[in-house]
Amino acid sequence: MSLPLAPKPAIRRFHQASWDEPVIFELSTPGERGVFVTPIEPGVRDAVGDVVAALPAGLRRATPPALPELGQMRVLKHYLRLSQENLGADLNVDIGQGTCTMKYSPKINDQLIGTPQLTAMHPLQDPADAQGVLEIVWSLERMLAEISGMDQVSLHTQGGSAAIWANIAMIRAYHEANGEGEQRREVITTIFSHPSNAAAAKAAGYEVITIFPDAEGYPDLAALKAALSPRTAAIMVTNPEDTGIYNPAIKQWVDAAHEVGALAAYDQANANGILGITRARDAGFDVCHFNLHKTFSTPHACGGPGAGANAVSAALAPFLPGPRVVREVAADGAVRFDLRDTDARSIGSVAPFHGVIPNIVRAYSWIMALGAEGLLAAAEIAVLNNNYLLAKVLEIPGASAPYAAGRRRIEQVRYSWQELFEDTGISSEEIGIRMTDFGMHYWTSHHPYVVPQPFTLEPTESYSKAEIDEYVAVLAEVAREARETPEVVRTAPHNQTVHHTHHDDLDDPERWAITWRAYQRKYFGAGTPASAAEPAETAA
Amino acid sequence: MIALVVNPIAGVGGPAGLAGSDGAAVQERAEALGSRRRAAERARLALETVAARSAAGASRPVVITAAGAMGEDVVRAAGLEPRVVFRASSRDGAGETTAADTTAAARALVDAGASLVLFAGGDGTARDVAAGLGTDAAALGIPAGVKMYSPVFAVSPRAAGALAAAWVAASEAGRSLPVQEREVLDVDEAQLRVARVEPRLYATMPVPYLAGRTQARKSATPASEHAAVVAAARGAVRSLRPGVRYLLGPGGTMAEVARELGVAKTPLGVDVVLDGAVVRAAASESELLDEIAAGPARAVVSVIGGQGFLLGRGNQQLSARVLRALGPDPLVAVAPEQKLIDLGGRPLLVDTGDAAVDARLAGFVRVITSAATTSIYPVTAPDAEASDPEGEGHAP
Amino acid sequence: MNQPFTHPYLPNTAPDVKQAMLDATGAASVAEFYADVPDELRLSRPLDLPAPFPAEQDLARHVRGLLAKNRSTEDRLSFLGHGTYQHYVPAVVDEVINRSEFLTAYAGEPYEDHGRFQALFQYQSLMAELLAMDVVNVPTYDGYQATATGLAMAGRITGRRRVLVASDVLPAKYSKVADFVRVHLDLEHVPTVNGTADAAAIAARLGADVAAVWFETPSATGAVETALRAISDLAHEAGAIVVVGTDPIGYGVLTPPAEQGADIVTGDIQSLGLHQWYGGAHGGFIAVADDPTFIMEMPSRLFGLATTDVPGEVGFGDVAYERTSFAQREEGKEWVGTAAALWGIAAGVYLALMGPQGMADLGELLLARPRYAQQRLAAIPGVVLADGALHLREFTVNVAGAGLTAEGVVEALRREGIEPGVVVGEHTLLVCVTELTSQADIDRLAASLAGLATAADASTTPVTTATILEEQNALVSDAVLPLAPELTQEQNA
Repeated sequence: MSLPLAPKPAIRRFHQASWDEPVIFELSTPGERGVFVTPIEPGVRDAVGDVVAALPAGLRRATPPALPELGQMRVLKHYLRLSQENLGADLNVDIGQGTCTMKYSPKINDQLIGTPQLTAMHPLQDPADAQGVLEIVWSLERMLAEISGMDQVSLHTQGGSAAIWANIAMIRAYHEANGEGEQRREVITTIFSHPSNAAAAKAAGYEVITIFPDAEGYPDLAALKAALSPRTAAIMVTNPEDTGIYNPAIKQWVDAAHEVGALAAYDQANANGILGITRARDAGFDVCHFNLHKTFSTPHACGGPGAGANAVSAALAPFLPGPRVVREVAADGAVRFDLRDTDARSIGSVAPFHGVIPNIVRAYSWIMALGAEGLLAAAEIAVLNNNYLLAKVLEIPGASAPYAAGRRRIEQVRYSWQELFEDTGISSEEIGIRMTDFGMHYWTSHHPYVVPQPFTLEPTESYSKAEIDEYVAVLAEVAREARETPEVVRTAPHNQTVHHTHHDDLDDPERWAITWRAYQRKYFGAGTPASAAEPAETAA
Repeated sequence: MIALVVNPIAGVGGPAGLAGSDGAAVQERAEALGSRRRAAERARLALETVAARSAAGASRPVVITAAGAMGEDVVRAAGLEPRVVFRASSRDGAGETTAADTTAAARALVDAGASLVLFAGGDGTARDVAAGLGTDAAALGIPAGVKMYSPVFAVSPRAAGALAAAWVAASEAGRSLPVQEREVLDVDEAQLRVARVEPRLYATMPVPYLAGRTQARKSATPASEHAAVVAAARGAVRSLRPGVRYLLGPGGTMAEVARELGVAKTPLGVDVVLDGAVVRAAASESELLDEIAAGPARAVVSVIGGQGFLLGRGNQQLSARVLRALGPDPLVAVAPEQKLIDLGGRPLLVDTGDAAVDARLAGFVRVITSAATTSIYPVTAPDAEASDPEGEGHAP
Repeated sequence: MNQPFTHPYLPNTAPDVKQAMLDATGAASVAEFYADVPDELRLSRPLDLPAPFPAEQDLARHVRGLLAKNRSTEDRLSFLGHGTYQHYVPAVVDEVINRSEFLTAYAGEPYEDHGRFQALFQYQSLMAELLAMDVVNVPTYDGYQATATGLAMAGRITGRRRVLVASDVLPAKYSKVADFVRVHLDLEHVPTVNGTADAAAIAARLGADVAAVWFETPSATGAVETALRAISDLAHEAGAIVVVGTDPIGYGVLTPPAEQGADIVTGDIQSLGLHQWYGGAHGGFIAVADDPTFIMEMPSRLFGLATTDVPGEVGFGDVAYERTSFAQREEGKEWVGTAAALWGIAAGVYLALMGPQGMADLGELLLARPRYAQQRLAAIPGVVLADGALHLREFTVNVAGAGLTAEGVVEALRREGIEPGVVVGEHTLLVCVTELTSQADIDRLAASLAGLATAADASTTPVTTATILEEQNALVSDAVLPLAPELTQEQNA
């Protein structure tokens, strides 16, 4: 063959890197070093003697930790190979990870946080030396207050679920401060709200009441009213819910909660489609939280660190975690940022110091790149992308979007392959694994599966029409395979780093291996190197 | 080893709009109306899935089955090897088979070593299989009947085949799939045809289910159905108070409640428990009234079948008189969240035969779904609305 | 969007593209998609946000300008610890965690995210060697959360409520733990003696209602618990679980808690290859034995080895994922969410680079240099060590005898560009010494403090060991009291 190039096929020919890299312990070469520690000065040694030899009996480690010994380049190469065996959002089309708002995390923000003027800051330094970072924290708090309509914001929590915990902890403290802690023992949520709302409420000691959608798919207001009572501490809801359906009666929900003296907490994990459109406080909510790693672009980092932001009304402000960043203007007009401890009403510390500072700076930077007009545009494009995707997915035979038929969705949709499953026996999970063969990410949904054979797509504002079209084309191709060559789907993956993995050992306490150390002990006898022994017992 | 029994005449009545296929008169009428027998066809779809999935494996599974139309023909048509261990008594399986044939076949399949009995049919077939299944084998329905109120059927023939293939693969690996006790319900078709739906609980049978294949779950929630039932049962047990008589209704969830309480449970009866001990097993309506008279009492009920009945289906001992005697707060309702999810937004139903009692129960009920977790769920009384039985839908 | 708004982060703003997409949906405008949002809830004005910097170079200048107002520990001589520590971060660590493939990944399957699973399995495994325990979780948020969860696990396993707090705990950590577990557990602080646990007092308080004995080692003052083995034996006799909060940085030379009787070992990994980041880079670990009783109560994810269809290929998956439903049986179910996975990868790379010798060298240094600093500071007239315990990395000094207050010392030395430590009592300063604070740096601190001491009139304030210990105990109690639940209830009543 010679030039010109043949046209590309309709479906991308993808194959992920596969280095067949051993577990790092297998690479160990005794005597090699990856990095040196600075030596202890002779003057120090002379003064203190042999501190290790002087350790009390029993406190000196008998055998050194069996860490591997590797030269620096080998460590680097090992981990860079692993990185190539990982499909970050910068590489794939990540709209299949619905509910998680996999938007573009701008590279400039990663650069900005790498300066020693941030990385080498200690949180207990003189606030006079931390004016830059304190100003960013304060400013981001104010911007999120405006975006939510709330009065005060705390950026202390390290993720969305941690922020949900802070929400319920503040609600608990509020009712206790009003002498109603004993009386209000129930929290109401909906089945389509993020399960961490129920989990955090339970961890805080509450009974949880779950409301199901009505026949149309909207949260059932009559059921809510039946559930509300003087025992209700709070409602904790997501809106739009994970179906992408916005609850048009949300204000009535909040009002009904207030009528019985309960608080209303808003999980704004799904805020990406309503930035600048509608605000939590305007619907009457008392407390809400954002996930900075979703709506405000900080990278998901293999599952954290993320960052949470709790926003509250004035009535709940005293209960926020501390310390708080304050802005002071001196008589001469000089502006100074400082830290102020909270009083006894505060829920206290929820995390070390001031939250996930690198992500706070990233989120600040993202908002400052877009401004009010940009945030609104981002929301509108996210919603346009989603409804476009909805129209395209519904053209695929076997796919459907249960609930609220014919209605528009906000930023995501929970779809169903039930019809395809009934026709072919191929499940949504099997489709998801096959999708990876095309360099696409796909996720089903939280358990329990409210929608049968679910998949949840959220295209955010970051994906172009062309990329959405490509994703839909791959979905359609896999659905076609499910009908015509189901074995191809069932035996996937075929183009991945590793092949079909056997998960049985992972559920058996006799056979699971959670660390290399445990694996060595269970299968080769303690202390025997893997290469020198046959398995003591063979996993079937 | 998997086994197959086909009820060759299942599904005959459905397309003809006869609401079931029981009885020779109906079958003749259905034949006259030109119905196709679809059980064999649907069983073949399921077994083809088994065959396809084992194609890559070392050996093709042998399927223990009954002769002729009761299974053998289908196994061959799907490209698998039958091992025939039963022949219908009189007609060699070639002509019309009876409920007794199905029960005898199921018994023979299990005796021959079947660990999973696939059956193609509807609720009536499930009932007959349950009668012959014994205690050691599991069963799974290939949906082919008209009535499928019982949650023992896979969602489709191919889904049944996929599950059976997984069962085979697990057996070959020396493991077994988890099973869940599910209810076998059936209605009296004669009544159904005169527009009165009265499903009764006839038995329970262990049905396998497939845990999720992928693991990329973001959130910690009960991933298995059994764990969800256990959690619901634990939540219910936590809510029980000393000195109160609890009338435990029938069904799989109630069996788990009894297990959590450490008491024996009759599968189909209403058993009365007081302070952790059974004081009356399989009580009749009048015995229940006696117990209620002896002190504070509440009925513990679950969702029976796919229609969402709390009362009036399978637990008719909990009659209007009993409920009236129980007083203003008569029910402790228990169900895993999935049972409510499966209703797809439809309300729970009560039908005690007494409009006044039903009306009092209608509205919203608190359903215990897990430890410290409940749901407030709508309840309606269909009899008060004179509904069309055809329109109430079948099990999913 | 009446006129096209364009931005480098936003595709699909070109009118033709947008129109084509609208046409596919059958909508006339984007506004139709918001039909379910009632008018009364619509924001009728633009958000009131600062004017943006759409051009990247302007944004960079703006943010860098703000950060340039900071004066970091590279500009100051810092002896600050108290929960966040300055340790050297090898360049390879940053190189790996800044890889886009890791940084921007999230929740892929063990197929397309094989690298993430392997890197985190290796993190678990490397930590397991350091801690001498068979099971370590994928990181939770931070050491505070890890210990809170460890104690909650102990409560669920034992079905008991009382927790004896044997060591001095960072006040903020105590606050977090107390609020997190207060529905299920009652914390009782047993005052320490000479910086470490009071074995006799703990023995006296142990009983059949004690769920856990909670140690911190090194403690809030850097004291290493020396009686862990003896007290663990007592706790186990009473049916209690021993929960340890720790920083693993010293276990190249120190005996890990698991080899001294600890059942649940928890802590923070910030020291292992993470920058200080103004306290914003913490991750928590929970380690237990390979015992289903403990593992089934862990709410976090655990990645395990698995085989694949190809012999010799290394696969991974979640171990015992359904255990979280077992954890549900009591009230205290927790959650799994986005936490600190990337920091776990960083800590794994760090330990792989350090190896056994690196961790041994560092452990020795973190004993030696603080000991040297103790000698130098205690040689200053009027400055005494607050306790006689063995210290790793941090220790407290009392400056009352020199006529100084801790605040005064901090204020004065900041003027010299030195952060001398954290004020933890009126006269008590917590001083942190690491591989980044050299002998010369310590000498500088000592010289500056000596200068202050000389300047002050020391003769009027004689100080006894007793008053020092009193302050030492008081500072911990004072710090935790305002947050103790019983007091909150009194205030509410």
